[in-house]
Amino acid sequence: MLSKFDVDHGTPERDTAKSVTLQIDGMTVTVPAGTSLMRAASGAGVKVPKLCATDSIEPFGSCRLCLVEIDGRKGYPASCTTNCEDGMVVRTQSSKLADIRRGVMELYISDHPLDCLTCSANGNCELQDMAGVVGLREVRYGYEGKNHIKETKDESNPYFTYDPSKCIVCSRCVRACEETQGTFALTIGARGFESRVVAGLQETFLDSECLSCGACIQACPTATLSEKSIIEMGQPDHSTVTTCAYCGVGCSFRAEMQGNRVVRMAPNKDGHANHGHACVKGRFAWGYATHADRIKTPMIRENISDPWREVSWDEAIGFAANKFKDIQAKYGKESVGGITSSRCSNEETYLLQKFVRAVFGNNNVDTCARVCHSPTGYGLRTTLGESAGTQDFDSVRHSDVIVVIGANPTDGHPVFASQMKKRLREGAKLIVVDPRTIDLVRTPHVEADYHLQLRPGTNVAVINALAHVIVTEGLVNEAFVKARCEIAEFEKWREFVSREYNSPAAMEPVTGVPADIVRGAARLFATGGNGAIYYGLGVTEHSQGSTMVMGIANLAMATGNIGRVGVGVNPLRGQNNVQGACDMGSFPHELPGYRHISDSATRTLFENEWGVKLLDEPGLRIPNMFEAALDGSFKGLYVQGEDIVQSDPNTQHVTAAMKNLECLVVQDLFLNETAKFAHVFLPGSSFLEKNGTFTNAERRISPVRKVMPALAGKEDWEVTVALSNAMGYSMDYKHPSQIMDEIARLTPTFTGVSYAKLDKLGSIQWPCNAAHPEGTPTMHIDEFVRGKGKFVVTEYVPTDEKVTRKFPLILTTGRILSQYNVGAQTRRTENNTWHHEDRIEVHPHDAEERGIKEDDWVGISSRAGETVLRARITTRVQPGIVYTTFHFPESGANVITTDNSDWATNCPEYKVTAVQVTRVSQPSEWQRNYRKFSEEQLDLLKQRSPARA
Amino acid sequence: MGITDPLSLDDFLAHDGYRGLKNALKMDGAAVVDAVTNSGLRGRGGAAFPTGVKWKTVLNIQGTQKYVVCNADEGDSGTFSDRMIMEGDPFVLIEGMTIAGIVTGATKGYIYLRSEYPYAYQVLNDAIATANAKGYLGENVLGSGEAFHLEVRLGAGAYICGEETAMLESLEGKRGIVRFKSPIPAIKGLFGKPTVINNVISFASVPVILDKGADFYKNFAMGRSRGTLPFQLTGNIKHGGLVEKAFGLTLRELLYDYGGGAASGRPIRAVQVGGPLGAYLPESQFDVPLDYEAYVTISAMIGHGGVVVFDDTVDMAKMARYAMEFCAIESCGKCTPCRIGSTRGVEVVDKIIADQNRPANIQVLRDLCDTMINGSLCALGGMAPFPVLSALNHFPEDFGIAKQSIAA
Repeated sequence: MLSKFDVDHGTPERDTAKSVTLQIDGMTVTVPAGTSLMRAASGAGVKVPKLCATDSIEPFGSCRLCLVEIDGRKGYPASCTTNCEDGMVVRTQSSKLADIRRGVMELYISDHPLDCLTCSANGNCELQDMAGVVGLREVRYGYEGKNHIKETKDESNPYFTYDPSKCIVCSRCVRACEETQGTFALTIGARGFESRVVAGLQETFLDSECLSCGACIQACPTATLSEKSIIEMGQPDHSTVTTCAYCGVGCSFRAEMQGNRVVRMAPNKDGHANHGHACVKGRFAWGYATHADRIKTPMIRENISDPWREVSWDEAIGFAANKFKDIQAKYGKESVGGITSSRCSNEETYLLQKFVRAVFGNNNVDTCARVCHSPTGYGLRTTLGESAGTQDFDSVRHSDVIVVIGANPTDGHPVFASQMKKRLREGAKLIVVDPRTIDLVRTPHVEADYHLQLRPGTNVAVINALAHVIVTEGLVNEAFVKARCEIAEFEKWREFVSREYNSPAAMEPVTGVPADIVRGAARLFATGGNGAIYYGLGVTEHSQGSTMVMGIANLAMATGNIGRVGVGVNPLRGQNNVQGACDMGSFPHELPGYRHISDSATRTLFENEWGVKLLDEPGLRIPNMFEAALDGSFKGLYVQGEDIVQSDPNTQHVTAAMKNLECLVVQDLFLNETAKFAHVFLPGSSFLEKNGTFTNAERRISPVRKVMPALAGKEDWEVTVALSNAMGYSMDYKHPSQIMDEIARLTPTFTGVSYAKLDKLGSIQWPCNAAHPEGTPTMHIDEFVRGKGKFVVTEYVPTDEKVTRKFPLILTTGRILSQYNVGAQTRRTENNTWHHEDRIEVHPHDAEERGIKEDDWVGISSRAGETVLRARITTRVQPGIVYTTFHFPESGANVITTDNSDWATNCPEYKVTAVQVTRVSQPSEWQRNYRKFSEEQLDLLKQRSPARA
Repeated sequence: MGITDPLSLDDFLAHDGYRGLKNALKMDGAAVVDAVTNSGLRGRGGAAFPTGVKWKTVLNIQGTQKYVVCNADEGDSGTFSDRMIMEGDPFVLIEGMTIAGIVTGATKGYIYLRSEYPYAYQVLNDAIATANAKGYLGENVLGSGEAFHLEVRLGAGAYICGEETAMLESLEGKRGIVRFKSPIPAIKGLFGKPTVINNVISFASVPVILDKGADFYKNFAMGRSRGTLPFQLTGNIKHGGLVEKAFGLTLRELLYDYGGGAASGRPIRAVQVGGPLGAYLPESQFDVPLDYEAYVTISAMIGHGGVVVFDDTVDMAKMARYAMEFCAIESCGKCTPCRIGSTRGVEVVDKIIADQNRPANIQVLRDLCDTMINGSLCALGGMAPFPVLSALNHFPEDFGIAKQSIAA
């Protein structure tokens, strides 16, 4: 069901320049041409009765309630499917229309259970509303005729039920599945009176290809498709608009509440990133917030072999502060640092880097973007002048050629993928550059025109070959380059990519991509109209991650595909606030707004605001911190919201570093893998328990709003404030809005941002300042942020990680739809229904050679370590490539990955690891050790002594 | 028809075949469309929409792929004129479609044929193969430089797929459910492109118009109903079969002069004209001329020219029930009045037959018919009440009520 806090205009908005004027019920109404009578009426405050229409999907014309009378027209046209025309005179009410509507409602109700009072949709049922509106008083057909009232429910999906007895066959669910989500999992089975919604090939919803995005439930006007949470708890009494805490799409949601209890998360129709759509994570997987595993009391211990001791906030904060002070006294100022997370809010990450720089007095602060999108920051800043994507998501509606490189949007960024697929169904062309056959390559009504199925690690070779074709075939947009880019650098690049060794044919043996496919793709991109590039971690997490990002920017500039709607270079950020965490100065070398720490003017600005002296040298990056911990010079670490033990590469290296720390403070919702090595545990607050902002992949700053009290008593920002105060540096914020005000004061791209403006506009895309008071959807329009765009020569340098006789396969890693990142949140929800273990994907050819069958236990070894996973045999991977995910800690995917990294930013080379796989019969030694250690730690948690009251 | 070998192109040519196309190729598209308009030809599938107007709409849309679709899903009970053309004179249909394609700029045509016509399927495919081989179809029709390709597609047994928009859905490989109009198929039809859709007889009438001129065709018949229609006499009739006549003759002439009266020898009591959605006519209406407009005035329709005859043993309440039942069986299920209404219609008629609260249920039936007529998305739900109401109005005694108590 729709959110009862939203208005439904019945049919979608039309964005046309021409307008038409007509009369509806005596009122003169002017609307854009193409607007339906229903929507025009709604805009004028006239509600035409309706059931099959809803404004998220195209009109259908089936319910026949919205009929109207139009002067000069025969019959009773449906207002949803009839568009406004100049001079029309329309009546939405007459006694004849009332008769027809009552007649239709009488038919509906003759095949509908009369259990309104006990129905889960009671209070938010459109059928009930319409029966009321048309004044239905009796059903003269009786109820003994043919009906569906005894049909059985499908309760297979963990989050929602399908009750065919309540279905009115309006097809809104079917159309939402097609138009909004693009999965085409639903249809209407049979015909005539027997018609009913069917999932897949008459399967249960769970067994069908349904992806549980929930678009169907939202579209359903009755209780037919209903959230189990609503069935269990009832209808909400109020709602608060907030932002999803999962991926970088940053969907806007209404948290629909009863008091301070969430009854459902409903995507916000006015959300600028998602326009009312959501995925299985954001819509349904919020149960972790109140999961029994949440730790709600601070805990401390001297050694990691000790049981935990629950203590008061004051004691825990004091304990941590003293530890850090002692360490700094003993080992020096540089011996401590902090790591923040892309899962934290802007205000929290800002505060943490401030804490490190102002309180610790060093620059040893880093963020998990180090291990995902740091090359994006570096590469885009070098070429374009700003460390961020160039477009808003809506830009894709105007793209003609969409290039997806090293990203799997249908799994990683599902809501944006739906928007992209909609555009592809409208006829845009698609080029996929990915070693695997991801869903986008071929999915209902979408098929890639070119799939460049490259060998992992050869991105730069591919981008150079694409550029070679564009340059040597005269497809460069010379006018754009001349006007907008540094010519000398361009000429160097032109000469470089023209070299024969960069040609598709010369690169074919390296990349494995047939030369003609590269040529076709290059020509299509250069000549097919608006070309937009979307990329993900398959670009950045390589030894040449930064090089590839620059290669992408080169390609976009060379073809003039930048600086307007429909084009651009668009990093798909993994987590909710990767962009924000980077913006907020979480890197050791940069202050907020990507200003280098060595820049004395910027430093002075911050020094004056903060009242401290700042070091002018960059601090330690995450991998440097591990190294320093191992060599004994780094002893104390404050980790906020990040699970470095599970997510960083070469796990055994990381855990050895953790064991060398004298004080590890972890602030998190759960006792995560890192916390098992911690001395202080400070309970975190979920996104439902605090105020703040997240910045998504399109630079969109969106509000996060507190809908329930913090379970442990403190919002995360308050914890950092308390720790700072305990260490003798006074922070005095009463509300996160004051932190944002400070950010705005200090950061030119944020000058115009405030909570008041966010409340007014809903969200803001930075830069937001005097020049762009309402934000900036499209960047680099007239000139690049750096002035002229800069081409960079991108020589392909093969990774050191090569297949050998000992490790003949390449392991690459990725994401799936139902789990999120390290899984700390999603593993504590019913999303495990779809993915309860990480599997290793092996091509049938490689499996056959090794005697591996589906479900077999398979040992995977690299030079870094060894783990064991069950096998899935699939042609989604090429021969020679194996693939897995890292959502479960016991999988140990990062035991295998190595400490190879991007030359410029140290972003780990997660996507290329030489491995061998063999059939085995037991877990690896690492897994046995892990299990033992993990059990011990959970035991120490169980033995924790309760806090004294 | 009947005098040639259906699959002999030479025979067809010897009987003035392809003269219409040759003439059309010499004219510009607008002139051909004008000729079709001036001939007065109206859609023979049943809706009687002026064919020329439809073509003109498609002709006037520039710069896009267009299609020609022949609706050969001849599903009305008691009709077979399309089948006879397709089996007996396939080239005349091919010629008509080719003219439509070339003049409107459509390069691809489909014949949507009901699967119950396996022989027609074979004949059409053979004829199309011959036409392709001889240059009457293909990339360069008769050396004109114009392309027209033709293909036969089979339906899957759904009456609703004879409704033009459901037919388009089916042709596109989807479930055969009705689309709303507008946009009309001439603007947004097959695969969203401008599409000429006509019935077999409509297309087959075009060659003679272009061969002998619009006036030749127009000079047949009366009023706004021009030309001829093959009436198909079936049911309880002595001489069943096809009678092609100009509009304007009466049903009585058709029934007695050509049909020879009821096969049973008993008096003819009711005649359903225009297929399963057509009204039942009582003897008092047998003298109304068979003309589209004249029939509208008596709430009846000529439709595709099917005429099904019943003698005085017929129970018209059962026939009313059958009309609703037919609608229930064939409803695509998209719109509510048809999906639920037809099923309730059967139930209400059953209650009337069983004498349950008869007066009230007759009112319910009338109200239901009104909801279906005014509320349905397409003609199936919108016209299924016509046979019901005509039975009720003309033969109330079969519903257990006196003649004078007609409430209509």
